[in-house]
Amino acid sequence: MTGWPILSVVTFLPAFGALLIALMPAGGPLALRNLRNVALGVTVLTFLISLKIWIDFDTKTAGFQMVEKVDWIGNFMSYHMGVDGISMLFVILTTFLMPFVILAGRESVEKRVKEYLVAFLVLETFMIGVFCALDLMLFYIFFEAGLIPMFLIIGVWGGKRRVYASFKFFLYTLLGSVLMLLAMMAMYWQAGTTDIPALLAHKFPAEMQTWLWLAFFASFAVKMPMWPVHTWLPDAHVEAPTAGSVILASILLKMGGYGFVRFSLAMFPLASADFAPFVFTLSVVAIIYTSLVALAQEDIKKLIAYSSVAHMGYVTMGIFTANVHGVEGAIFQMLSHGLVAGALFLCVGVVYDRMHTREIAAYGGLVNRMPKYAVVFMIFTMANVGLPGTSGFVGEFLTLLGVFQVNTWVALFATTGVILSATYALWLYRRVIFGLLDKENLKGILDLSTREKALLYPLAALVIFFGVYPAPVFDVMSASVEQLIGNYQAAIDAAGQTAAANAAPQG
Amino acid sequence: MQPALEFSSLLPQLAFASPEIALSLGAMLLLMVGAFAGDKSVSVVTGLSVLVIALAAFLLWQAGDGRAFNDSFILDPFARLMKYAALAGSGIAIAMSWNFMRIEKFERFEYPVLVVLATTGMMLMISANSLLALYLGLEMQSLALYVIAAINRDNLRSSEAGLKYFVLGALSSGMLLYGMTLVYGFTGHLDFVGIREALAGSERSIGLVFGLVFILAGLCFKISAVPFHMWTPDVYEGAPTPVTAFFAAAPKVAAMAMLVRIVTGAFEPVTADWQQVISFISIASMALGAFAAIGQQNIKRLMAYSSIGHMGFALVGLAAGTQNGVNGVILYMLVYMTMTLGTFAVIIAMRRKDGMVEQISDLAGLGARNPLQAFLLTILMFSLAGIPPLAGFFAKYFVFVAAIEAQLYPLAVIGVLASVVGAFYYLRIIKVMWFDEPAAEFLPMAGELKLVLGVSGLLVGLFYIFAGSLVEVTSSAAASLF
Repeated sequence: MTGWPILSVVTFLPAFGALLIALMPAGGPLALRNLRNVALGVTVLTFLISLKIWIDFDTKTAGFQMVEKVDWIGNFMSYHMGVDGISMLFVILTTFLMPFVILAGRESVEKRVKEYLVAFLVLETFMIGVFCALDLMLFYIFFEAGLIPMFLIIGVWGGKRRVYASFKFFLYTLLGSVLMLLAMMAMYWQAGTTDIPALLAHKFPAEMQTWLWLAFFASFAVKMPMWPVHTWLPDAHVEAPTAGSVILASILLKMGGYGFVRFSLAMFPLASADFAPFVFTLSVVAIIYTSLVALAQEDIKKLIAYSSVAHMGYVTMGIFTANVHGVEGAIFQMLSHGLVAGALFLCVGVVYDRMHTREIAAYGGLVNRMPKYAVVFMIFTMANVGLPGTSGFVGEFLTLLGVFQVNTWVALFATTGVILSATYALWLYRRVIFGLLDKENLKGILDLSTREKALLYPLAALVIFFGVYPAPVFDVMSASVEQLIGNYQAAIDAAGQTAAANAAPQG
Repeated sequence: MQPALEFSSLLPQLAFASPEIALSLGAMLLLMVGAFAGDKSVSVVTGLSVLVIALAAFLLWQAGDGRAFNDSFILDPFARLMKYAALAGSGIAIAMSWNFMRIEKFERFEYPVLVVLATTGMMLMISANSLLALYLGLEMQSLALYVIAAINRDNLRSSEAGLKYFVLGALSSGMLLYGMTLVYGFTGHLDFVGIREALAGSERSIGLVFGLVFILAGLCFKISAVPFHMWTPDVYEGAPTPVTAFFAAAPKVAAMAMLVRIVTGAFEPVTADWQQVISFISIASMALGAFAAIGQQNIKRLMAYSSIGHMGFALVGLAAGTQNGVNGVILYMLVYMTMTLGTFAVIIAMRRKDGMVEQISDLAGLGARNPLQAFLLTILMFSLAGIPPLAGFFAKYFVFVAAIEAQLYPLAVIGVLASVVGAFYYLRIIKVMWFDEPAAEFLPMAGELKLVLGVSGLLVGLFYIFAGSLVEVTSSAAASLF
């Protein structure tokens, strides 16, 4: 462990940057450029510092590392931070993507630049906080607080129906979360603590687990989002500015999956086992139904949004297989989807900035004018489909492998989703990139600028790198995931033995 | 029989009531100043009223804990904290009328004097430890409030609001008195300790339950909880805005403190009986506050429904009937008052060249016109909606955590769902400020309003920093009731 609170520094550095930006002057183009540079600098610095978390991370330890703990509000809440193999990579994913997010709005956002940057930096603090929090209430506070900047980002810098989308996003998510809050309070009175490591060791009574699981499910299923509570996502994605969509797809959605692993599966194993068929059903419906819906979309962003819902179906399915393949696959899928979906939204942003339309029909034949764009878009499309050699394949394959051990029918239906995703993704690619360049206004379109290359090339390289060599990621998470699954199995076995012991005298 | 009061034993007892004495003497003195110097003296009287309230706060700080006047007056950590809150609420409300009075040609020196008198009543209510003391305090506060509600006597709406408030208030006082007579009849005691001992020692009679329900009805009128809330939107809308700000803050704190003390003090042995009533009132208030506010266009009416809803949330803690619950109520009232005063600072500053405006649509584009003001109001709105990490979240957390502890699950679930519905209209104000095209500029904000808004925005926004020590204070205040 290092001598200084590295997690707190990484978490609150962006907020500090936001304060700095809020105090800087915003008049004139030079001042605006300064604001943008400061924001970019802060996010890059945060990323560099966060790399030290990865370097110092001990992959042999299954428990929490770099722990910081300070008393806060009596017994009710404490300030407790730490990472383990499950959460650490999400922290890195967040800090890694933020410079891209800031860079993505560099030219397209012209109004209220200062507020825009402040909102994103504050959001970064809350997102990192979610993955670092080791206190139940601290987690909730970060989890919920993220709604505020995201609501403003969609509402102020969004498209035509931004008001509708922002309200829907906020109220949907809040509705799910408040039930989780009550469950957390019940857990506090049951276990006498809000400390996550202590709660992980605590055994909740079986009946209580059912209710707690449902309350947490209400929150995470909306956040994830799972079918049928996914309808806020396409609206939010379509209306949000490019950078907002990237954050939403890459990081905010992952909070739901992270919550399922950290809380639902780890703390309520009995309920998770009971509800697993229910989750599988919803996941398979999500994979097949939303893939079909994606096929019918006219709007590029909406299509990618529905494809996100489908991909999150693999994640929920993998988590509740409760075996090492499924859970590791789900986590990897989330990380990979963070890169791929973020990159796809950036790709949409590239053409949207030029043509100011997201309609698929307005494009066609872009390969003639934008060969470089066609290549990177191809890489991300293939990753989205799950082509071997890209990071998308690893996660999907492992979750399917995991679910095959549990239920072959679920695996069968889920695999059809791979075919469907190839259909809509390749068809989208064909309509946008190939074909004749017969639309007058497309004839002058320019290929990627330097800024856009800087955005997309590193992401493309990473997607291929982790597709070919995913070991670094699995090294980090394997110890923690194995411990999680071990505890899960132990709890299930123990419950089985008690049930048998109870049944024996009567029988 | 209690021994008769001797002068020699009276004098030390008066020390406990020194803040109330200072307020009453101050009010009389200021009334004289106003009466002889006329309406010209209004700013002097206003300034002096704030000083009198500050003096009362100082005396409160000096006074020790104890009981006085045959135990019908009590000063304990709970009373002390709530009194500080009431004094702060009144003082700030008077200060916020400073420039308003001059600009709006609303120069009535009676207003600050009446506020000081009402504050005296509130202080007495908070310290009341017997039914008679409670009634005296309550009526003293209410009579002053009736007049304040109608103070803009040339305005039809204001007079109507005052009349409505008076008629309904008189009715509720009647119910309260009737309840008290029943309780006295069935227990033989007026002081809370005596009532409690009488209840603990015997079977609970149906007559007592009637008395209890009447008392609760009377008190719920004062905190404007459903179904005794009808006066609130009209009074809020009809009264001049600084007056509304006053109505929304200090009297609610005092009435809630009184309600907490009487149910946890006198009626502790029949907790199960009043718990049901409080739970129902709480649910009704949260639901009505959430749904009725959605359609409002006038921001003062909206704040009225919002306050009804917030009283419902505070009552969630009381319904738990535990020390944690009371802790939640205290914290909720403190946070509520801070948020409300800050919000009203903005509403008072909603003024254009042709006078005050109070439609929500007038706030359109405030984010572009005055980013700092809009930012602070946004913090307050998110906090009123109960979104972390702002103060409103912690307030809601502590009342709901008590409800969960007491296993009042339906109440808690309905409560949080109501808070989601309620979030909608706070979001609407934020939406109007940030997403809509700017409306015409407001005139610059008066200095004292800037101060109030800034301080309340900071307190609400940075609540998490000092939450730990504040919860320690409120916990020890709650502990003094148990």
